[in-house]
Amino acid sequence: MTRTQFIIRRVLWIIPVLFSVALITFIVMHATPGGPWDVDPNKADRRISDQLDKTFGLNKPLFFNPEAFQQAQKEGRGVIESGQAFIDAQFENYIFSLLRGDLGPSYRYRGRSVSDVIFGVQDDKPAWQSKIGTTATLGILALLFALAFGIPMGIISALKQNTAVDYASLFVVTIGYGIPSFVMGILLIIVFAVWLGVINVIEIDYWQRWQSWFLPTIVLGLPTAAFAARLTRASMLDVMRSDYIRTARAKGLGERVVVLRHMLRNALIPVVTFAGPALAGLVTGSFIIENQFGVAGIGDLFVRSVSRRDYTVIMALTLFYALLIALANLAVDIIYGFLDPRIQMGKKEG
Amino acid sequence: MGTLLEVKDLRTEFHTQDGVVHAVNGVTFAVDEGETLGLVGESGCGKSVSVLSVMRLIPQPPGKIAGGQVLFQGRDLLTVDDEEIRSVRGNKIAMVFQDPMTSLNPVLTIDTQIGESLELHLGMTKEQARKRSVELLKMVGIPEAEGRIEDYPHQFSGGMRQRVMIAMALSCTPQLLIADEPTTALDVTILAQIIDIVKRLKRELGMAIIWITHDLGVIAGLADRINVMYAGFIIETAPVKEIFGNPLHPYTLGLLGSIPRLDETRKEKLTPIEGLPPDLVTMPTGCPFYDRCRFRTEKCLHENPPLEVSAVRHSVACWNWQDVVKARGRA
Ligand SMILES: Nc1ncnc2c1ncn2[C@@H]1O[C@H](COP(=O)(O)OP(=O)(O)OP(=O)(O)O)[C@@H](O)[C@H]1O
Ligand SMILES: [Mg+2]
Repeated sequence: MTRTQFIIRRVLWIIPVLFSVALITFIVMHATPGGPWDVDPNKADRRISDQLDKTFGLNKPLFFNPEAFQQAQKEGRGVIESGQAFIDAQFENYIFSLLRGDLGPSYRYRGRSVSDVIFGVQDDKPAWQSKIGTTATLGILALLFALAFGIPMGIISALKQNTAVDYASLFVVTIGYGIPSFVMGILLIIVFAVWLGVINVIEIDYWQRWQSWFLPTIVLGLPTAAFAARLTRASMLDVMRSDYIRTARAKGLGERVVVLRHMLRNALIPVVTFAGPALAGLVTGSFIIENQFGVAGIGDLFVRSVSRRDYTVIMALTLFYALLIALANLAVDIIYGFLDPRIQMGKKEG
Repeated sequence: MGTLLEVKDLRTEFHTQDGVVHAVNGVTFAVDEGETLGLVGESGCGKSVSVLSVMRLIPQPPGKIAGGQVLFQGRDLLTVDDEEIRSVRGNKIAMVFQDPMTSLNPVLTIDTQIGESLELHLGMTKEQARKRSVELLKMVGIPEAEGRIEDYPHQFSGGMRQRVMIAMALSCTPQLLIADEPTTALDVTILAQIIDIVKRLKRELGMAIIWITHDLGVIAGLADRINVMYAGFIIETAPVKEIFGNPLHPYTLGLLGSIPRLDETRKEKLTPIEGLPPDLVTMPTGCPFYDRCRFRTEKCLHENPPLEVSAVRHSVACWNWQDVVKARGRA
């Protein structure tokens, strides 16, 4: 199996994965009581909600439409048309419009499509200020913070194994890892917003003041930074003990060259491999933090949409998360091949 | 010829959770310029630790050089500063390690790995180093060296990698080459080729060699002199002909009895004598070979025999070596 075949196969695998995710989400979503129109069931006007159901096709059966099928049969229509009538149901209709690239209308952002809600920006702001752009920015910042903080910390604690430096880093790691993000978030909000009063976490536009990004970035990135530090340390210790490092020293190379040229690249292979899934994890794992810090991204949107039963937005975001994670895993394999020449399957580097 | 390396009373230990492992217990030997010294003994007897201590390459901690001197061209390598020991490593003393599969850096090209010594010690530019690397690869018999210089270690077979290791070690024409069981991971034909290469290069370059092995058969045609090690001691040292013709230590006798014939496979490790070497954490006060010895006496249990001269250029650490001679005569 060549590299290309391998990649193609892996890409094709994503299709059934996404389909399954769509199906499961759809089932769970509709099994949950309530619907997009009844924020307050007492106030909901039955006639209006029926009308809305009809407009958006929510009055149709979920998976199969035997009634329409029988109707078509009665009217003596052909096999194809009858078949089409049979699958004239919510799930199939969603999938077909998805295949056409249409994510459907949002039920709660009246008059806006789901694509517009997720990707669109108000007025003529740049595209990265959309909801998805905001979350991606936060994720990337958090990843950069995690790597910039975690990798050097891991390297240093490996080089200074079992010294005070190493233990201090273990302390930081334990805190970063052990304290849940929402607790850390509240803690930092209390310290910086309430006590020090240096930031404002209510109704801020993150694109107005770049300083605003600091806290959510740190809170989101800290567990990943802790993990990166641990991973780097373990990997460094492994490399430090290896025969080829002894060979490098036996050549008379100085410590700097031994560390920078001979150790780092080997030690960072597992860390870089982990960066892809880590980013996916950060982008898909920012609900609470976005909510807490008022970051107007898709994490915040997702939480709101779930409670408001905005079915199409829920579906779109879930599928997006699934796609992201699948792609991250794929990227791991590809990046790995670049970093580690041994993975280059039977092909000369060049 | 002058003395190149003089190791005096070298002691190396490892401080582990199970206690202090006495890996090398006062080893004294010398290597003359251009001489080939064989270092033999069972697995775990301290061969690698001895030579790694000479290069100060023992991992510290847990390792610790507890005493002794390593005089190389008059300087004690154990006391010189880091910069000075680095100017010796890879330049005047070079080393080839046991396992060619793990001793090369998997993510750097052969070019980089050979070239960096040349740039460091001989001050060559990248271009010069590259040219020289190709020559070195040709010298150790790697076909199409120009085309392979950009390759990574995993693109070479085990035998080829060991050639690369040798090329790397020889790059700065060292005065002393230490080869730590360079052939154990290789099959018999490759082993013979590697030995031929080393013999030829030794003739051409005139360097001294310390060749470590636990197989006396390999070393017979190569060494001028042999040190036999046991439990961190040198227990016999003699010119190679003497070791084979007039072995004095019961352990050496046992080693010789277990040399495989050439038509047998060399792969398996030798267990020359019944029993196991002593635990290096709780060293016995007497002779470390006591438990396994056919010639043991009461004295051996209480006193460890020192390495003493028995004949010209021949020393042995045994109270009863005369009995060994007699027993050999009867056999
Ligand atoms: N890093 C270490 N930590 C603890 N003990 C060690 C360490 N390195 C070596 N030793 C101990 O030192 C002793 C001598 O080991 P050494 O590697 O010198 O043996 P050797 O004669 O080279 O054997 P082999 O033929 O298997 O290579 C062994 O008992 C080993 O357990
Ligand atoms: Mg060894």
